[in-house]
Amino acid sequence: MKLAVVREALGCRVITGAHHLDGEVEVGCGADLMSDVLAFIKPHALLLTGLSTVHSVRTADVAEVRAIVYVRGKQPDPEAVELAREKGLVLLATRLPMFEACGRLYALGLRGGSEIEEDWSDGDRAPVPSAL
Amino acid sequence: METEPLFLQRFEIGGRDFVNAGKASTTVKGILKEIGMAPAVIRRAAIASYEAEMNVVLYARRGTLELRVTPREIGITVADTGQGIPDVGLAMQEGYSTASEEIREMGFGAGMGLPNIKKNADEFRLHSVVGEGTTLQIVIRG
Repeated sequence: MKLAVVREALGCRVITGAHHLDGEVEVGCGADLMSDVLAFIKPHALLLTGLSTVHSVRTADVAEVRAIVYVRGKQPDPEAVELAREKGLVLLATRLPMFEACGRLYALGLRGGSEIEEDWSDGDRAPVPSAL
Repeated sequence: METEPLFLQRFEIGGRDFVNAGKASTTVKGILKEIGMAPAVIRRAAIASYEAEMNVVLYARRGTLELRVTPREIGITVADTGQGIPDVGLAMQEGYSTASEEIREMGFGAGMGLPNIKKNADEFRLHSVVGEGTTLQIVIRG
């Protein structure tokens, strides 16, 4: 999915990386816990988060995330913006809460990258994960 | 006989130094890129390095991260002085965490760090002495 589409769908403000909005993200991940991002995110992803510290950008850089959307009106710290500029990462901000932002992108076809989402053979019905 | 490293560098890590937390690992990532390692290997090394570095920042007094690259593998050793880990077996379980509320508010301490480091490494050795510190050695191959 093109970042320009993400911007449009979520009504995002572009914080940095306006020249890279023709870039593509392959999967999406919504998380406030950076430990979970590091453990589960796939490369070339879009990260949606409410964590506005510099660690959101540092984690994204380490995990090869292409762009971050800050949800529910959060603004990243100046250090985070500066680091994103340095690393060529796109930062967007939306007023939508996490659930709604993820839902809109999912409805437009962006998937999460977990194995259970690979097979949608049963028509429009999403595959159901096994119980814990 | 040990292979002569292509690259060897040591970084200092300060406990509770949240401003610089993760900088050593982003430098490690840059070095591996410059050496010309494969992107998938760089990603695994960077993630493992970052998790290990954050553990020092979050839980220890101080530590060092040593990056050793040979033609065959990437070695990362993170040694700290600090409280140590009383039960390594428990610490290796996904979701087990002793993190404070402050650490969780920063987005860390989900109990995924050590298992994630192991997942990304081909060799994983963890040695800890309570009240003294912890040494983590990992090797990543292409």
